[in-house]
Amino acid sequence: MQSYLLAKDRLDGFVSRLADRLTVYVPAKGADGLWSFVASGSAQPPLALTPEGGNTNMPPKSFVFPRTEVLMRFDNRAGEGGMILREEPVPAGRAVLLGVRPCDAKALAVLDGIFGRRASGDASGEVSGGAFGADPYWAARREATILCGLACNYPCPTCFCDQMGCGPHHREGLDALWTDLGESYLVTILTERGRELASDLAPAAQADLNRAESLKAEAASLLTGKFPMDKIAQRGVLELCELPLWAELAATCLNCGACTHVCPTCHCFDIQDEVKGERGRRLRNWDTCMSGLFTRHASGHNPRGDKLARVRQRFMHKFKYIPVKRGEAGCVGCGRCIKACPVNIDVREVVRAMNEQAPQTPEGAA
Amino acid sequence: MQTRIVNIRAAAKAALEEGLCRVVAGYAPGAIAMRARPVFIDKPEDAGKLTWSSFCVGNLAGLLTQAAKQASGRIGVVAQGCVSRNLVGLIGEGRLAREDLYVIGVPCLGMAERRKIEARYPGRAIIAVEESEEVFVVRGKRREERMLRRDALRDNCYTCVQRNPVIYDALVAEPVPDTGGGDIDKVAAPWEKHPPGERLAAFQAAYANCTRCHACRDVCPLCYCSTCFVDESTPQWAGKTGDFADVATYHLLRALHCAGRCTDCGACESACPQNIKVRRLTSKLEKDVRALYGCQAGMALGESPPLTVFRPDDPQDFIK
Repeated sequence: MQSYLLAKDRLDGFVSRLADRLTVYVPAKGADGLWSFVASGSAQPPLALTPEGGNTNMPPKSFVFPRTEVLMRFDNRAGEGGMILREEPVPAGRAVLLGVRPCDAKALAVLDGIFGRRASGDASGEVSGGAFGADPYWAARREATILCGLACNYPCPTCFCDQMGCGPHHREGLDALWTDLGESYLVTILTERGRELASDLAPAAQADLNRAESLKAEAASLLTGKFPMDKIAQRGVLELCELPLWAELAATCLNCGACTHVCPTCHCFDIQDEVKGERGRRLRNWDTCMSGLFTRHASGHNPRGDKLARVRQRFMHKFKYIPVKRGEAGCVGCGRCIKACPVNIDVREVVRAMNEQAPQTPEGAA
Repeated sequence: MQTRIVNIRAAAKAALEEGLCRVVAGYAPGAIAMRARPVFIDKPEDAGKLTWSSFCVGNLAGLLTQAAKQASGRIGVVAQGCVSRNLVGLIGEGRLAREDLYVIGVPCLGMAERRKIEARYPGRAIIAVEESEEVFVVRGKRREERMLRRDALRDNCYTCVQRNPVIYDALVAEPVPDTGGGDIDKVAAPWEKHPPGERLAAFQAAYANCTRCHACRDVCPLCYCSTCFVDESTPQWAGKTGDFADVATYHLLRALHCAGRCTDCGACESACPQNIKVRRLTSKLEKDVRALYGCQAGMALGESPPLTVFRPDDPQDFIK
């Protein structure tokens, strides 16, 4: 692992040289006051990689998993005997996201385990993760997106990344991790393609590495403390489904999709065909388990027919089902849902209550 | 503010003790700064959980229609001016009955826009905000700043025309001036200043970040349809994408469905995770309804929304 140093006053030059060969996205503040990733050319110089408020309003998930993605197009051509499906080419060219927070990168790593990822860019590459092999759309976009992280020196009051197997200087999912040392950035290379970006940087000194280590420890100490999740892990799904907290949540949950849409790990989707005359397209859209439509069957029956079942699903999925299947939580502790919820449901309180209310001993035990 | 909190708790406790209602919908303190969370209290001893602040930015009237469906019996609700107008509207639309409500009225000082406070102190984590009638005290880790209430008000609260509740069974503070001080007609339709050819671009820009989480709909007390038009699936009425055509369809139809019923409570804007100025459609409609029919939603019991009634003196010819 190698580390380099980039003086802050040379950031804009560095980014513009990088932008000659790759599309670079950086966090920037929009006219509406929200921070989001924008192409470096349209960001107001001097660039500032640290969003006010700690992180971008939305996670960078949509670069790999767009809100609406065309999977195929079809048309009814005379003589070809019906609708012919044609694969939609995945956009070519690599992009760099500069300033991704470690929680958001970890989220993409969690999703790699669900959508699957190929070891190399081509279709013959070995698949890692993914229940059904690699999702070609996810894998292609993931491969085309280089992630340069920016370590958090000042976690927010809503951050609980350390609780979720992540942390303010966590490296999982990233190709490089940048650390803000004050006057300069320490650039730590984590993958081969991360190395491409640092070709013209000067090596860092031991003192810089030491400084980064102390910032890491300081950031970790600013987090508000862990809470136990042991009983959630030990108790069965049905026992957790019957806890009294769900009814309390359902009394005020609006069943809107704010929490799922701002979530870096929520990844449920709906595939639809849109047909107009002789042509059409097959789309993948973000969906949300908060919506009754999400599970409604063609018969009209809905296995999650009420609000309680729906609000419960989001927490059970992240803190029970995904851990059972994958051995890690489906939450990275970014805290966006806490900020976005119109009725201020706090995921940390929900998980604490799940653990507290879970029975001490398994059902049926003496 | 403290008076309001004390009196809301006392009113809720008394109402539950005396059996004037089976449950009270109000607000409890939020888990983080600048938030309040809706809560239902059904025991007098829990009345102490209730609070009041300038961050009670949802609209409890919406939760009442749901609660009224689940069980019978009188429901108490803590309501400021706009929320009481929505209660009146829901009574007029047959969703609630006046005799089934116990309204704990709150003369309102205007609600705060947390993003305005955050914008004032960029880059600093706000740990707590305390408030008096005039001033917000914004606390960070090491510093404390003061901000005038009028600089932190939500846009709709600045142009409010009914800060005192229009109906109530108990009132928790002395009435306040009814207007927020701003002129709604000056700001209600910001796109009108554009020539028609440029309005689409302004509309597109305003809604460009919409992901269609539908929080604006789900927090809105007017949106009680058992199946929203965007959720109709057999057959499907509207597209599901984030493309502008579908985003526009959703927002335009929802706004039109609220025309003449919207009280400009601002819950939609407060709920939006993407800071979209949802009121740019609804406040224009509110202004039009006021100009065309002389109506403001929810100001008096017994009135029906103007677009649901026929009058021989209707100003438009096509209907005659």
